[in-house]
Amino acid sequence: MSDLTRMTATEIAALVAGGETSAVEVTRAHLDRIAAVDEQVHAFLHVDTDGALAAAREVDERRAAGEVLGPLAGVPVAVKDVLATRGVPTTVGSKILEGWRPPYDATIVQRLREAGTVMLGKTNMDEFAMGSSTEYSAYGPTHNPWDLSRIPGGSGGGSAAALAAYEAPLAIGSDTGGSIRQPGAVTGTVGAKPTYGGTSRYGLVAFSSSLDTPGPCARNVLDAALLHQVIAGHDPRDSTSIPQPVPDVVAAAKLGATGDLTGVRLGIVSEFIGEGAEPGVMAAFRESVDALTKMGAEVVEVSCPTFAYALPAYYLIAPSECSSNLARFDGVRFGLRVGDDGNRSLEEVMSLTREAGFGPEVKRRIMVGTYALSSGYYDAYYGQAQKVRTLITRDFTAAFERVDALISPTTPFTAFPIGARTADPYQMYLADLFTIPTNLYGGPGISVPCGLSEGLPVGLQVMAPTMADDRMYRVAAALESAVGTFTPPAL
Amino acid sequence: MTTTLPAYDEVVARYEPVIGLETHVELGTNTKMWCGCPTDFGGEPNTRVCPVCLGLPGSLPVANKAAIEAIIRIGLALNCSIAEWCRFARKNYFYPDMPKNFQISQYDEPICVDGYLDVEVNGETVRIEIERVHLEEDTGKTLHVGGATGRIHGATESLVDYNRAGIPLVEIVTKPVTGTGALAPEVAKAYVTELRDVIRTLGVSDVRMEEGSLRCDVNTSLNLPGQEWGTRTETKNVNSLRSVERAVRSEMLRQASVLDAGGRITQETRHFHEDTGDTTPGRSKETATDYRYFPEPDLVPVAPDPAWVAELKAALPELPRVHRRRLQEQWGLSDLDMQSVLNAGAVELIEATVAAGTTPAAARKWWLGELSRRANESGVELADIGATPAQVAELQGLVDAGKLNDKMARTVLEGVVDGEGSPTEIMTSRGLEVVSDTGALTAAVDEAIAANPGIADKIRSGKVAAAGALVGAVMKTTRGQADAKTVRELILERLGVQG
Repeated sequence: MSDLTRMTATEIAALVAGGETSAVEVTRAHLDRIAAVDEQVHAFLHVDTDGALAAAREVDERRAAGEVLGPLAGVPVAVKDVLATRGVPTTVGSKILEGWRPPYDATIVQRLREAGTVMLGKTNMDEFAMGSSTEYSAYGPTHNPWDLSRIPGGSGGGSAAALAAYEAPLAIGSDTGGSIRQPGAVTGTVGAKPTYGGTSRYGLVAFSSSLDTPGPCARNVLDAALLHQVIAGHDPRDSTSIPQPVPDVVAAAKLGATGDLTGVRLGIVSEFIGEGAEPGVMAAFRESVDALTKMGAEVVEVSCPTFAYALPAYYLIAPSECSSNLARFDGVRFGLRVGDDGNRSLEEVMSLTREAGFGPEVKRRIMVGTYALSSGYYDAYYGQAQKVRTLITRDFTAAFERVDALISPTTPFTAFPIGARTADPYQMYLADLFTIPTNLYGGPGISVPCGLSEGLPVGLQVMAPTMADDRMYRVAAALESAVGTFTPPAL
Repeated sequence: MTTTLPAYDEVVARYEPVIGLETHVELGTNTKMWCGCPTDFGGEPNTRVCPVCLGLPGSLPVANKAAIEAIIRIGLALNCSIAEWCRFARKNYFYPDMPKNFQISQYDEPICVDGYLDVEVNGETVRIEIERVHLEEDTGKTLHVGGATGRIHGATESLVDYNRAGIPLVEIVTKPVTGTGALAPEVAKAYVTELRDVIRTLGVSDVRMEEGSLRCDVNTSLNLPGQEWGTRTETKNVNSLRSVERAVRSEMLRQASVLDAGGRITQETRHFHEDTGDTTPGRSKETATDYRYFPEPDLVPVAPDPAWVAELKAALPELPRVHRRRLQEQWGLSDLDMQSVLNAGAVELIEATVAAGTTPAAARKWWLGELSRRANESGVELADIGATPAQVAELQGLVDAGKLNDKMARTVLEGVVDGEGSPTEIMTSRGLEVVSDTGALTAAVDEAIAANPGIADKIRSGKVAAAGALVGAVMKTTRGQADAKTVRELILERLGVQG
């Protein structure tokens, strides 16, 4: 049999369902691949070999017993370390949670189990999902399989790199400002941020509650849609979860793959095609626009003037919420505890624990957020940012009256060398310039590979109205049918 | 502190008090505010917890609909407007008994606003205006071990029990109450009492101050007539209705002595001490904590359907004030008499006693007389005196049956209060039964007549009033165990005189 790790999720599921291979064999192949390459890539923080094999055996037994299994049964999946996994270490890329084994599963993890997918392990990420390169992981950076000296994007660099390195055919990410889409773009993989509330946040260790959105990552659009379908849908344990049926993203991806976009109106965000992006990124984007037009799409420019304020608004809202969300990491009930020598006060122990447990980027954001929420500053910062958020939402709403979906490059630049942007936080924040507006609005966005620039992948982003996730899958699948998928050099 | 406090009368002659009350009520919902953990009191520490109420990373709150319904009913009973749209907010501060290091509460968008509660003090109705009623979550409990005081200072270890964490808590805040003068302490007590009765009537909480399901913080300030309000202090640890009154009074006296000496009042939290009746300073509020409130992003706004609110309003039970008016009519009491029943905290006790078969007059006599006297003497609430309405009804039944006379009944009641058993048991054990054996009684009467021939002659000659002396003699020989009326009739009968 050909290399199982090179197959799509769809192909693997078909082989397992047809009895041509077993879930155990598939899992072993991926565990072997991880053992072979992850020392170089460092996509995983924890590989759950025993758990994965046990889950795979269960799938095989259920199939042998004649059970009808779901469309992704037996397919391995890598899970970003931001999701709580019962009994399996969950660190959020932070020292403060080192060794923590949650007593419960995130809703998404539970749904993955129920669907018969096999969790291989937990992937690396920027600490608490704060970053765009995975360099802020407390456990060391992940390397981009396209060029190991470069970043894989972030915060979900581990999940994206695991896909690009053929360590897993599917992965779960979380997107607060672009943490699924930007890593997808710079690793040549597909990453989708569903509508906020379309996927459950229960068990997702919070960074910014009003923005965090878990979503699917894959090497092709249909696989992403299949994974989306498995994890999405209302969850009574998440109050912000939307009690509506999931749009049929799988059908949309299949429709898009026919290469026909007749009648589809697409808007290029004018503000995102100016000086912001690298020439190579813009070149790949323009070629993709041509391809979309050839498939029948009507492409126009749409101005969204408030998008220019998205980055500053985001860097007030997200830190404000994180300053509160991260207060619970105090060494009292779980995770790291520092300085508890019997002579120090509770406050000192809390303070020492947080001092030692959080990295510099997390501390920076906690401080910014604490300041922005302070009495006397609230209106000027957090309050003002919320108003900007409303304006951005209005720009989206107005744009979607004219077009079915918006498109832009996913990120202004391709994978940069490790260490190139860590000295200046603002240079790092620019990586999410094009993805952040969608998070503030709450709509869905997907990054799909659209070409190469100097040998490095470029992603195109499709943004759709809330609860119209199917539209972006259709456009993304159509583009994929035109430009194909991209394979990194062998490791 | 050995400062001599001024006399209360002098204080209220010179200063005007302003009071304000913040009351916390733990709701009696089956489950906690944000998760499905049970809420009942007690239980081994940290057994009624889950990822949500422990604030584990990744967990999320989901609002308890029963709690929302309960607070709307409280708001309606307190004549509040119910918000058509409101949000929860996070109150951020670090404390180990708060699992998330923030409390989900409400800030500038409370669910109930602008209400009032009428209370009666000394026959007058005082309207206490309610500023807001909002919903929040309770914290866990911290136990500081190893120190002398049980407080965090000096403790070697701190233990936390999260069973209480996440229990729905309603906070009811009054507007400042002015113009009550010398009655301020009684107004405070009357308000908390009335509030407790209203909430109990709604059946949404057991409102037990001793178990902490009703907690009260009292704000007090003094100002000179015509001048601006003074600096207020907030007194905590006020754990009984009686303490509410004592805490206000004690704080008024203390503040007056500070002001009299030319000092100024520090804005601070003070702790009330049940044993001494004093308050001592807690944490100073001058370095105000910045709670960094912001709308809780993990919860959707609460937008109660106006039709549902109207349904809840229509279904409110008869509230205590209306209920009392009805009882007053049924019992045939004047306003003044009803007021003394209220002041004694005896409404429900008398109601229950009447329900057990006693006449309203007799029930009132026992609760306002003998039992109130005992309660005052021992400084406890009438309801906690140790006698139940059922026992009082039983006692009156024995009197009505002629088995006990009034004096004996009082003795039996003392036994009941002292926990000796039921009235019937005490009557038997103490050998207190009316001598009704006519033979023995007739012998005692004849003996008394023989021993007092002069008095007997007076009675025979028509001075019936003189019979009292012979009754006394008979009561003495029967050691009080005879019915005075029967004895009197027997004396007249033996002397051949018409009564």
